[in-house]
Amino acid sequence: MSELSQIQVDLNSYSFTGRQSAELPDFSSLTEESKQELRMVGVDVDAVGERAGTFLQFDHSTVHCKSSGKGVEVLGMRQALEKYDGLPEYFWKAMDPEKDDFTRAASREELHGGYFIRTEKGAKVAEPVQTCLLIKGQNVGQNVHNIVVVEEDSEVHIITGCATSHGVTSALHLGISEFYIKKGGKLTFTMVHNWGEDVMVRPRTVGIVEENGVLQNNYVLLKKVRSVQSYPTIYLNGEGAVARFNSVIVTPTGSHVDTGNRIVLNAPNTRGEIISRTITTGGTIVARGEIIGNAVPARGHLECKGLILGGGLIHAIPELQGCVTGVELSHEAAVGKIAQEEIEYLMARGLDEDEATSTIVRGFLNVEIMGLPQELRESIDKTIAELDASDAM
Amino acid sequence: MLQIENLHVSIGEREVLKGINLNIDEGETFILFGPNGSGKTTLLMTLMGFGGYTVTAGKIVFKGVDITEMPTYERARLGIGMSFQRPPTIHGLKTRHLVSMCARGREIDVEGMARTVNFDEFLDRDINSGFSGGEIKRSELLQLMAQNPDLILFDEPESGVDLENMTLIGNTARALLDGASSPMPSTCMRDLRRRNKTSGLIITHTGYILDYVNADRGQVMYNGVLCCDTRPTRPRDILDHIGKYGYKECIRCLN
Repeated sequence: MSELSQIQVDLNSYSFTGRQSAELPDFSSLTEESKQELRMVGVDVDAVGERAGTFLQFDHSTVHCKSSGKGVEVLGMRQALEKYDGLPEYFWKAMDPEKDDFTRAASREELHGGYFIRTEKGAKVAEPVQTCLLIKGQNVGQNVHNIVVVEEDSEVHIITGCATSHGVTSALHLGISEFYIKKGGKLTFTMVHNWGEDVMVRPRTVGIVEENGVLQNNYVLLKKVRSVQSYPTIYLNGEGAVARFNSVIVTPTGSHVDTGNRIVLNAPNTRGEIISRTITTGGTIVARGEIIGNAVPARGHLECKGLILGGGLIHAIPELQGCVTGVELSHEAAVGKIAQEEIEYLMARGLDEDEATSTIVRGFLNVEIMGLPQELRESIDKTIAELDASDAM
Repeated sequence: MLQIENLHVSIGEREVLKGINLNIDEGETFILFGPNGSGKTTLLMTLMGFGGYTVTAGKIVFKGVDITEMPTYERARLGIGMSFQRPPTIHGLKTRHLVSMCARGREIDVEGMARTVNFDEFLDRDINSGFSGGEIKRSELLQLMAQNPDLILFDEPESGVDLENMTLIGNTARALLDGASSPMPSTCMRDLRRRNKTSGLIITHTGYILDYVNADRGQVMYNGVLCCDTRPTRPRDILDHIGKYGYKECIRCLN
């Protein structure tokens, strides 16, 4: 099998029933190990009160769901469907259930939960809402559906961590996410993945952004996973809408990550930007990106930069599609290595080779531009420092 | 402080340095003149231990330690610092962060140091990204201030620098080499200087830096060897001579 061929998922290998967990009213009963797993993907377990909301899903159950009640509603998906009569405006409305095998499977299999997050009109939610979708059992298939509605002129930052517990090597995560950003709304959506080494991940995401709405999307994947395949698509349907994607992806040996973003500029004065930084230390990365310009004036820029540190494969596929006169789309792609000159420069300042390499790698990945909360940034920095880049040169 | 004995260095197959002998004492500043391509930069790169410069004979001793085979970072930690002529840009690495790393855990006032070289506004920029000639020099000096080495190698400190920046850069280089410049109640100036003086090796082909730093000695490098070594030579005299007659006299001298 070639490194670039798709990794096949056998849905029958995973169990979609029978992994229920009891409700978790607070985090005091969690083991230190579980807390650490949550911290790694951005869940602040120590200061839950400082978050605008917290949502936790373990396997097939929503175990914790609270919001501060200030400008934002956080519900489990099953609860939301009940409360809002099936969410007829939002549920499977941006995403077509017939899109592919995984959306079909997600619509057919039992729904295990996921979150429904909706801001109030005009609310600027100061603290992030944190959510975590955790798989705790071996060979569990998790099927979640998430909906985020950012009402007019409101703002929110959602940090979502998707992970498997320590010791879980094999599992399947199916996640449907639909984002609706209304007029003047702003959503910052940060997703951190931390999977077991044989885990299959098939998220499917669609977003619709109305007039002057903004989506800032951050994605971080630094640990080994068998296969991630995702290609979130954002439609900028309202004039002045903006979407920005920042992705930071590292693949150790054995990881296969095929991911990218698609932005469709459907209205005048829309802007789209896709930036990905990828590093392979032995795994395979297919770094995709597509910007489609259907209206003018509209601008889009795509940037994929990859480093190969001691083996592995990076296939950058930036695509631009301009459909009208006057559209401005550009891309730059590069796959390379760490320059010897940069290492030596830092070594001349007293950094040893490992310190120099990790300093350059950290700068290259440039997680700083995501504007993440300090504890999450520190956790990411720590993981980057531990990267096995010993064969970098 | 630094002893270079019969140093032969090759880049690939080509021998660039052909038997260099040079001593720099504690607190001494040495100026190396020479035309482009004479091997001056190769000497600095070799002293710093960079890849691609192969020592085929001879040795380098710094503070009594043979550093000929030592990795670059150990030389830096032992007290050698270098001001690069064309340093690389490192994206995502903030100048502030690099400066604090240069101090290797010592407590330093990055902001205060940056102000002395008029560089505080650049601390949040990626290192060397889009820096002008003068900005590169100020950034290099700032890193050296944080690093606080005992021997500083300056690679063409005046290249690409406008006149206004030259004064600031020249004076800062001098301060780095001279150490503390105001007397303290407990110590007289002479002792203070002696204690704080840093050694320097400056390479230049214009010599403008001589307007600012007190160079103790100088020599000319030509085609991989040092000349003008028959007597203690004043850097000013060498410069005047080169100004008048060019480097062609050096060839005669060598022959």
